[in-house]
Amino acid sequence: MHTSLAWIDYLIMVIYFAFVLGIGFALKRFMKTSTDFFLSGRSIPAWVAGLAFISANLGAQEVIGMAASGAKYGISTAHFYWLGAIPAMVFVGLFMMPFYYGSRARSVPEYLRLRFDEKTRGLNAISFAAMTVFSSGASMYAMAKLIETLHIFDPLVQALGLPTSYIFHLSIVVSALITLGYVYLGGLTSAIYNEVLQFFLIVAGFFPLVYLGLKNVGGWDGLIAKCPPGFGHAWKGMTNPENNPLGVEWFALAMGLGFVLSFGYWCTDFLVVQRAMAADSMTAARRTPLIAALPKMIFPFLVILPGLIAVALPTPTAIEVPADGAKVVNAAEASGKGLIPAKVTSTGEVELDSTGKPVLDYDLAIPKLLIHYFPTGLLGLGLTALLASFMSGMAGNITAFNTVWTFDIYQAYIKPQASDKHYLWMGHFATLFGTVISIAAAYVAASFNNIMELLQLVFAFVNAPLLATFLLGMFWKRATANGAFYGLLSGIVAAALHHGLSLPGGSSPGVKGAWIYRLHDYRNEMAQNFWTAIWAFGVCLTVTVVVSLATRPRPDDELKGLVYSLTKHDVEHGLPWYRKPEVFGVVVVLLSIGLNILFR
Amino acid sequence: MNLDIRVPIGLLFLSLGGLLAGFGLVTHFSNPTMYARSLDINVNLWWGLVMIAFGAGMFYFGRRAVAASPEVPTPTEP
Repeated sequence: MHTSLAWIDYLIMVIYFAFVLGIGFALKRFMKTSTDFFLSGRSIPAWVAGLAFISANLGAQEVIGMAASGAKYGISTAHFYWLGAIPAMVFVGLFMMPFYYGSRARSVPEYLRLRFDEKTRGLNAISFAAMTVFSSGASMYAMAKLIETLHIFDPLVQALGLPTSYIFHLSIVVSALITLGYVYLGGLTSAIYNEVLQFFLIVAGFFPLVYLGLKNVGGWDGLIAKCPPGFGHAWKGMTNPENNPLGVEWFALAMGLGFVLSFGYWCTDFLVVQRAMAADSMTAARRTPLIAALPKMIFPFLVILPGLIAVALPTPTAIEVPADGAKVVNAAEASGKGLIPAKVTSTGEVELDSTGKPVLDYDLAIPKLLIHYFPTGLLGLGLTALLASFMSGMAGNITAFNTVWTFDIYQAYIKPQASDKHYLWMGHFATLFGTVISIAAAYVAASFNNIMELLQLVFAFVNAPLLATFLLGMFWKRATANGAFYGLLSGIVAAALHHGLSLPGGSSPGVKGAWIYRLHDYRNEMAQNFWTAIWAFGVCLTVTVVVSLATRPRPDDELKGLVYSLTKHDVEHGLPWYRKPEVFGVVVVLLSIGLNILFR
Repeated sequence: MNLDIRVPIGLLFLSLGGLLAGFGLVTHFSNPTMYARSLDINVNLWWGLVMIAFGAGMFYFGRRAVAASPEVPTPTEP
């Protein structure tokens, strides 16, 4: 397959680059204080913060990973949205935002310091900072790998007189430099504004793809008829892990994904919470995740359906000659499934698993589909949308990293009493070295075949216990600092132990699990991850409660505004009922339940 | 901050939409076979037009909001 890009495709990309950098330059003059740079001066309207909230999450792991999971598991991948994200987003908006925004904390770890103590904040800040640069590196790696596999930029690199293998390094350096550029110039505001722009661009790039794909396979019914059995149902067969494509049962799904992983991510991950913290009022901050939930609900159709369409299309078998050029089918494509090719070893042979079946490269679902349907022109837009998603995800990580580094590590432990100007300088510097570490991480993140599962693993170690800490901290005034710290620590250890003692099907002991002892086998990595999260959460919850009861509680006065029972509710009493976040939240939940029933 | 994000979004969609629609119009006559892969739909032209409409709306509402808000003086160097 040799699709190459024309001048118009490059021009679209260049215009996009010019706009994102232009926004950075336009905002540069507003970056006077650390509040401007790290918190957008708390001046962002709710709809902008809301779209940035969802867009910051819409990185490589989302677009590529969700389509890959769609191709692997079918529409049940939508559980990540309708069971996972939506209820969690409603919860963070209605119940947790009053404490994040109301406490005037500048970051999630800083809330932990206000509610608990310094060591709990330190543990969270350091693990979170490590996680963000790692995620951003994994995202960059995924993008560079994709671009390399597609071979669409080969003529460009050859024209520059470089070997085609340089496309990997070039993709990383160019995308990192542009993202670094606009975040460095305009701080969080620039990241947020660009995330909104990228949000619309991603929709513009993928909507025609889904439209053409669905039209081609004969609508929804045609799609499901051409997909493997079970791909059209999200809930069918959930009573037994053997009977559904996900390989998990309803308890692990609802508890692991629906509760621990999703609430852990959306309610405690500073990457998304930071967007709401930048909102211009408490009401706007509470609305941010709710506004985000609306597009989030329809995103499965944009990012998961391409995976199903890619599987439903006929596998290329012979040499085809479409009207606009010769197309040679290679072995990798012929032994794939639908449009999804098999993986190829470094010697150019099709990779086989232990049972002799070809290993499929699911991450290529969206890019293959783009090349399949989009003509010159729209192809440029589609690729730009893909680049936009990588950049919005990366910028989200970088802005979260520079804030946590500057406020929760540098200001807390390295240089506490410096001027605001100094911390502003450190923010710029952290943006720079955060990017450099991410690039280093990109070269490390190479041994997993599905990015989503890799990231879930990291989230499970770090985030899953965190949810218990926040829930107890915000809703149980008896929870103490020592309880939180030792609970969090034992939760992370529990996650690591569980991972070290269990193994997903088809893997050998090592990085995928069972690196201590092979005690239990799961059907796949997803089941293992869900249970890792459940164990981490349960252990953290138990240890926090036990240690809290054995230690002295903080007086109520100190916890005002930090704990639910000691904080004034109903901050929006001036609003008519239909504008209250609570009503909005209920509507969102009902819509989500409706989608679950529709695709049961 | 007197930069309304709808203005740059509007401008980006107007330029990309215009580019795609123009390219679609030209290739509609010069190279119609290139649309075989997109089910014989001239997606460049149609989607370009949709993007122009969206961009125009964004630009209009963004400009209106900027015009309505009180003029914020550009900060000067301290």
